[in-house]
Amino acid sequence: MGAGRLYTAVAAGGFRRYATYRAATAAGVFTNTVFGLILVYTYQALWNERPHLGGYDQAQAVTYVWLGQAFLSTLAIGGGGVEDELMERIRTGDVAIDLYRPADLQLWWLAADLGRALFQLLGRGVVPFVFGALCFPVSLPADAGRWAAFLVAVVLAMLVGFGIRYLVALSAFWLLDGTGVTQMGWLLGYFCSGMLLPLNVIPGALGEIVRVLPWSSLLQAPADILLGHADPLPTYLFQGAWAVVLLGAGRLAQSAATRRVVVQGG
Amino acid sequence: MAEGRDRRIIEGVRAYGLIAGMWVRSTMAYRASFAMTTFGNFAATFLDFVAIMLMFSRVDALGGYPLPEVAFLYGLSATSFGLADLLIGSMERLGRRVRDGTLDTLLVRPAPVLAQLAADRFALRRLGRVTQGALVLGWSLTRVDIDWTVDRLLLMPVMVAGGCGIFCAVFVAGAAFQFLAQDASEVQNAFTYGGTTLLQYPPTVFAKELVRGVTFVLPLAFVNWLPATYVLGRPYPLDLPRWTAFASPLVAVACCALAGLAWRAGLRSYRSTGS
Repeated sequence: MGAGRLYTAVAAGGFRRYATYRAATAAGVFTNTVFGLILVYTYQALWNERPHLGGYDQAQAVTYVWLGQAFLSTLAIGGGGVEDELMERIRTGDVAIDLYRPADLQLWWLAADLGRALFQLLGRGVVPFVFGALCFPVSLPADAGRWAAFLVAVVLAMLVGFGIRYLVALSAFWLLDGTGVTQMGWLLGYFCSGMLLPLNVIPGALGEIVRVLPWSSLLQAPADILLGHADPLPTYLFQGAWAVVLLGAGRLAQSAATRRVVVQGG
Repeated sequence: MAEGRDRRIIEGVRAYGLIAGMWVRSTMAYRASFAMTTFGNFAATFLDFVAIMLMFSRVDALGGYPLPEVAFLYGLSATSFGLADLLIGSMERLGRRVRDGTLDTLLVRPAPVLAQLAADRFALRRLGRVTQGALVLGWSLTRVDIDWTVDRLLLMPVMVAGGCGIFCAVFVAGAAFQFLAQDASEVQNAFTYGGTTLLQYPPTVFAKELVRGVTFVLPLAFVNWLPATYVLGRPYPLDLPRWTAFASPLVAVACCALAGLAWRAGLRSYRSTGS
């Protein structure tokens, strides 16, 4: 079996696995929609008070809210990606079996996570977004080119998101119990990705810092392309650079872990 | 009959206390881990307030409410919800217990299932959330301009207790719902976490229909919106008589009774997975 076909099969498996739990998906769609509703009203109040805050008008801010709800599970910003399972496999020692397989550990989990992300985007992301677009004044581009550019940024965001979470997961090789790191990971991610508040609204030096951190590739970068707030090429470069750095760091950590760490067994 | 019911309640509270105490002792075996997770719990909820502070770094008022008044609403909502979450937040796990069949072990033990489930994995780290809410509430009290009268002063503890009761009812009703829709446990997050988030903002921010919904259908507005607007001396967006500001405990009792009925119906319909 060719390498390409192998990882495609893993990704398809990841997709199908999440697609199995229909009730859970419907529940997730409902919850994302409710949270979107709450956020939309607070954002509208904020933009009523200060029109053009952060360079967005009110319709753009509303669009941003529903994009955030669509991406929350897709990019596993609040946790819930494949990293939980990988950490558990490292803790129990099952990861030894993964290392024994004729496949690369990082690519295997990347493929599984991309499959998951694609399902979450279609299954959990689209419905709240369409609901928001129908019930509230949103700002969406009319030309297909901008949508295509947006989708490229979403794929890059998936790579960056996995890059961060893979590093979090690999920390379990040294720490064994990854609860604390996971918690810190999603706290940082939640704030720095712009889930709480668009990053261009955050004032001062804090704003400057969060805008260059990798998390800004997740929600802020694709949103800015869709809202016509950023040019695609520089954004791709930014996201791509972080993807390379993070996936490279993941590869280094992986080789260090597999060389030095004794696998738990029992 | 009434005597039997009283005895069952006492038995339930006693079982709850014993199980919760056991979990606290087990948590305290790993003190460093406890300290870290409590801090994490504190930090996670603090982040919500950071968002509000960042908003107020750009504006002076949200829905006509300045920062100390929003902090007042936030503190009340977070404290009430935090207490409910500390007391019976573990009930969220019911769906998982139904799926893996471990609910059966609770059914054969000589103690009320509700008490066992509410105390299951009692997590003292959730004090982090309560502390954070109480700190914000305390800070806001030093800043808001309230015309303190006896009824307003008395309303404060009543409001927190009533709010805690209403959120407890939501947790129990959510758990009852999980008997029906085992995988769909996330739905209850919309009402628990979503509810507390909603109440952190002034009612004037939201559409009238939404305010009506959380006042008359799912009466979350009695947790803080109605009593707190009275304490602050602000009008409530809906035209309601003044006594409704004091109705939180009654609403809490009614909600708990309804949630109790739902719980019974749910438990009765339970079919074990048999694994």
